[in-house]
Amino acid sequence: MSTPIASRRDFLKTSALTGTALVLGFSEASAHDSIESAVFASANHEITPFVMIDSSGVVTLFNPRPDMGQGTYQSMPALLAEELCISLDNVKIIQTEGDAKHGNQNAGGSSSVRGLWKPLRTVGAAAREMLIAAAAANWSVPASECRAENGRIIHAPTKRSFGYGELAAKAATISVPKEPKLKDQKDFTILGKPAPRADTPMKVDGTAKFGIDAKVAGMLYASIERSPTIGGKVTKIDDAKSLKVKGVKHVVKSERPLFGSTLEGVAVVAESYYAAVKGRKALAVTWDTSGFDKFSTDAFYEQMRTLAAKDGIRAGSSKGDAASAFKSAAKTVEAVYETPFVAHAPMEPEAVVADYKNDGTIEIWASTQGPVWTKRAVAKQFGTTPDKVTVHPQFLGGSFGRKGGLDDFIMEAVHISKQVKAPVKLVWTREDDITQGPFRPGMVNALTASLDANGVVTGFRHRVVGPSIQFQGRADIAGKIDDWAMEGIEPEDSPYAIPNVAIEYAHAPATTPVMWWRSVYASTNMFGHESFIDEIAAAAGKDPLDFRLELLAKANPAPNSTGARFQAVLTMLKEKSGWSAKLPQGKGRGVAVARSFESIAAHAVTVGRGADGKLRVEKVVVVLDCGMHVNTDTVMAQTEGNIIMGLTAATKDAITFKNGRTEQTNFDTYRVLRINEVPAIEIYVMPSSNAPGGVGEPGLPPLAPALANAVFAATGKRLRTLPMNLDAV
Amino acid sequence: MALLTLTINKQSYKVDVDPETPLLWVIRDEVNMTGTKFGCGIAQCGACTVHLNGAPVRSCSLPVSAAAGQKITTIEGLSPDRSHVLQQAWIAEQVPQCGYCQSGQLMSASALLASNPNPTDEEIDAAMQGNICRCGTYPRIRKAIHRAAAMKPSGSR
Repeated sequence: MSTPIASRRDFLKTSALTGTALVLGFSEASAHDSIESAVFASANHEITPFVMIDSSGVVTLFNPRPDMGQGTYQSMPALLAEELCISLDNVKIIQTEGDAKHGNQNAGGSSSVRGLWKPLRTVGAAAREMLIAAAAANWSVPASECRAENGRIIHAPTKRSFGYGELAAKAATISVPKEPKLKDQKDFTILGKPAPRADTPMKVDGTAKFGIDAKVAGMLYASIERSPTIGGKVTKIDDAKSLKVKGVKHVVKSERPLFGSTLEGVAVVAESYYAAVKGRKALAVTWDTSGFDKFSTDAFYEQMRTLAAKDGIRAGSSKGDAASAFKSAAKTVEAVYETPFVAHAPMEPEAVVADYKNDGTIEIWASTQGPVWTKRAVAKQFGTTPDKVTVHPQFLGGSFGRKGGLDDFIMEAVHISKQVKAPVKLVWTREDDITQGPFRPGMVNALTASLDANGVVTGFRHRVVGPSIQFQGRADIAGKIDDWAMEGIEPEDSPYAIPNVAIEYAHAPATTPVMWWRSVYASTNMFGHESFIDEIAAAAGKDPLDFRLELLAKANPAPNSTGARFQAVLTMLKEKSGWSAKLPQGKGRGVAVARSFESIAAHAVTVGRGADGKLRVEKVVVVLDCGMHVNTDTVMAQTEGNIIMGLTAATKDAITFKNGRTEQTNFDTYRVLRINEVPAIEIYVMPSSNAPGGVGEPGLPPLAPALANAVFAATGKRLRTLPMNLDAV
Repeated sequence: MALLTLTINKQSYKVDVDPETPLLWVIRDEVNMTGTKFGCGIAQCGACTVHLNGAPVRSCSLPVSAAAGQKITTIEGLSPDRSHVLQQAWIAEQVPQCGYCQSGQLMSASALLASNPNPTDEEIDAAMQGNICRCGTYPRIRKAIHRAAAMKPSGSR
């Protein structure tokens, strides 16, 4: 049985009471961002382990990646359990808390399984070999005659066995194998198969604890009145009425650090959350919004369109001479695509409990993708060191990039706690979440291609224009290219056989904060990229799926290369989607394929008209090649989620700005997909022995272009601006 | 402030709160049952769904004074041991991802099944479209409701 997240300190106390334990982790030196396979064992001194087996037989596995729904609470322990030959039904799972010795514990970039596939299996395998060695020594038999199975070491010739707990003390005295043998893929009993998640039971009875659920003694509640524009200075606070609200204890200025700026607010701190909200409503704050009241979507997109019409900065991955190819072309194709700003809007708004203590130490209970990031950011902001900051990562009620790497709301709460000298729970309202950013950057993508007289593609240019996430708050950006903003479109990710390719970038700084949003720039770039491949196919008079396969075949890709994997994915999609079967009049099918986070996803979307005559998405068929994976069911679930989130971003509300304010405030004006709007979904996971790719994001980027291509197939209309209004087509 | 008696999951609780306080915050912060979640505050997302006399209500928008003396059921009261057919079906279909909206989803679904033991897809759409899930668990929610309906002897509650 798994248990809810407990603190490591509590756990270590418990293990001390139950006697000697086999404890395996990484040595400190190797445990930082590039974890290698070094392992470390200890009988009784305090280390930060990944596996603990105590003498009563309790096996504890540590999850070093916060769970925001992507399944790390199961996938991380599964990597250990596979090699340890133990069922996940019989282990305790503990979330790590950002301790430096546990190395990188930040979840993001679909990296958890990719990053820990080998290191965690190595720890599990080392533990297994040590237990086998301990058993073999006890029986005085060769280790080669012993095997591990379901929590026991078995000596088959004599049918004897020991439970792991019986061997823990002895195993802890055995030297750690330097290169324990990892299992072959064919011998996996857990990895690559569907499995239930240990966090599921906690999430159907209300016992899973999220950041918003934390509660500590003496805690006060805070709500923050914010500038109507993003940014704005407090010039006057009239808190007389607010302080009269029963339960309101303090009104203090708040500070939200974000990309080198400090966004001011006025925090009402009260004995209950409702009193804080009521006190907030009773505040009269005067704001100086000058300089923050100009940002408007219409003007910003005009500016981006102007940039898109000029040469950008050429990326190093460009090849050949696209400009010359355009000049000598028999035919050129050009199109401009626009994607909107969107909000993350996780179901759990930003929420945290922070306690700035008298001794200068800081304790935090939060929904955070990155406890290591949080410790570092908070320590820096409050002039201390990360070891003085304790973070208890809770389950995240969704995040999609919002709750990782910024820690803005966490630092806001620490700052309030410091002022009122009490632990404070800060809960953003949904309006705070939607109106205050950060957002997925709004982008313009301009594409050009040339064809020769035979319809062969001779040149291709993809120009990306928009705000940079990583350039925010930086001064040294002139003439630089934002490499993140090239996601998905460079030749290594887009292996079509085109001899001359220009990848260009033009930075359009926005005065509104932007942040990575599920699949980041791949989610915006691929709308243009894969819509445009369709437009070229149409110009060449080819079937869009066959056209892609031809362009890939012409590159003559090496076996197992990205190009070959694209071919395999599209070939499987062609079969599974029934691509070649003719659709009834009025329906249309579109295809798109994308590589992001080292995985390849291809979607076939079918649109048709409902009884009301309006166009709607009927079906989405996906083939995903994510290499080897941990939990097939989680891969399916993440891909279902990617389709639905991708559909929301493609067809529901955008975030738009007028005079520095968002025009959307809550789920009534920022509408997201609901259950009645979900199409039929079929997902096929490509069998693979390749290294694991990402899973949490790669299923999203192909959705919008496949949908736009389906709309074209059904209606002959090209929709090049998101969100698209299907009702109006 | 007002001294109110709330009946939550068949237990009686005395609370001394501002009577305008939304029921949600009383359940979460005064009674310390945190399974019911805050999502939007304007009855648009369903994360805060509880039952009032068996009917689903959005507790973020219901003043606690209106719930006093009524029968309130929260996710903690759906079953003592995850034995409700919907909880079993939710586990069998591995519905939750982040899990944050699922208490509200389950309370809406249980109200649906109580009045309609074998709902069609259209009836599921009608009953469940007030509940948002950003992770996109909708297809599994639909499957789990059908599974629970099949597990449930027809006509029983």
